[in-house]
Amino acid sequence: MPQRVPVVENILGANDRLADENRGRLDAARVLGLNLMASPGAGKTSLIEHTVRALSGRLRLAVIDGDIATSLDADRAAAAGATAIQINTGGECHLDAVMVRGALQQLDLPNLDLLIVENVGNLVCPASFRLGTHHSVLIASVPEGDDKPYKYPGMYRGVDVLLINKIDLLPYVEFDMARFRQGVEMLNPGVRTFAVSCRTGEGLPAWLSWVEAAVAERRRGAA
Amino acid sequence: MHEMAVTQSMLEIVLRHARQAGGGRVSAIHLVVGQLSSIVDDSVAFYWDFVARGTPAEGARLVFRRVPARFGCQACGHEFAPAGDSWECPACASSQVRVKAGDEFFVESIEVDSAESLEPESTGG
Repeated sequence: MPQRVPVVENILGANDRLADENRGRLDAARVLGLNLMASPGAGKTSLIEHTVRALSGRLRLAVIDGDIATSLDADRAAAAGATAIQINTGGECHLDAVMVRGALQQLDLPNLDLLIVENVGNLVCPASFRLGTHHSVLIASVPEGDDKPYKYPGMYRGVDVLLINKIDLLPYVEFDMARFRQGVEMLNPGVRTFAVSCRTGEGLPAWLSWVEAAVAERRRGAA
Repeated sequence: MHEMAVTQSMLEIVLRHARQAGGGRVSAIHLVVGQLSSIVDDSVAFYWDFVARGTPAEGARLVFRRVPARFGCQACGHEFAPAGDSWECPACASSQVRVKAGDEFFVESIEVDSAESLEPESTGG
């Protein structure tokens, strides 16, 4: 006679516990961690290049780059002036807390202010795996279309910051900003949003100010 | 897409609770999967056969309970299931709606046979 055993345990709980450990290491070193997610081609690496170039004079930055096979993105981050660690996921569609833990061990955390984790380009899987970073940042881009919040609710629900990139293309593509924002608002009311163009630089100063303020807050908060 | 990792995590939870319950064979696993959780039942079932092989949970039946997405209207309080990609409140057409259910993903319970049943059945195959 089988016995029914109640469990009620979240299936990604093990990853969550490791993510908490990663968070502890970042907090101990007073490093702000950002998890940057987007579909392929939305502009993750371009945003990182801009951010590193703009802030590397004032902040000590590192980038952990998740890629399925190549080191192209890590090379670009390094060329822009950041310490870059490459994680090849070997086909996995997302980074998880274990992979990030391995990368953290290679970094001199006490001598860093800001760590940007560039997740694998994917709007589904990375949403489920917490890494231990302080903020989840999603880059949407205008050419992807205004339906993305409706099609990838898991991703849009879980982020703290949203960038809408490639706004310089708004005159040329069909993108209903009101419809996009309405979908976002239903899933993630009041999420901090920046409309930017990594090509023209429009909107980036507001994003950079937010990053600097978040770094300063982290250093104060942990002091 | 990441159901392999998910399934391994599921196995860890199931085996831990089976041990605590006396260490018998696991005959069924009841899972709760929200419609918004982007987990594919068939894919979990596919990987399950691989990851559970050789463990006390090998061959366990997977029972999925799907939780449909439910939205609640902030304006009039109406609760509804979203249809397609129109998420407006069907009662008052407000777009001030919030997700109430549909992103669950957890092991709800397992069915464990009594521990003795493990021994005589160890066919070694």
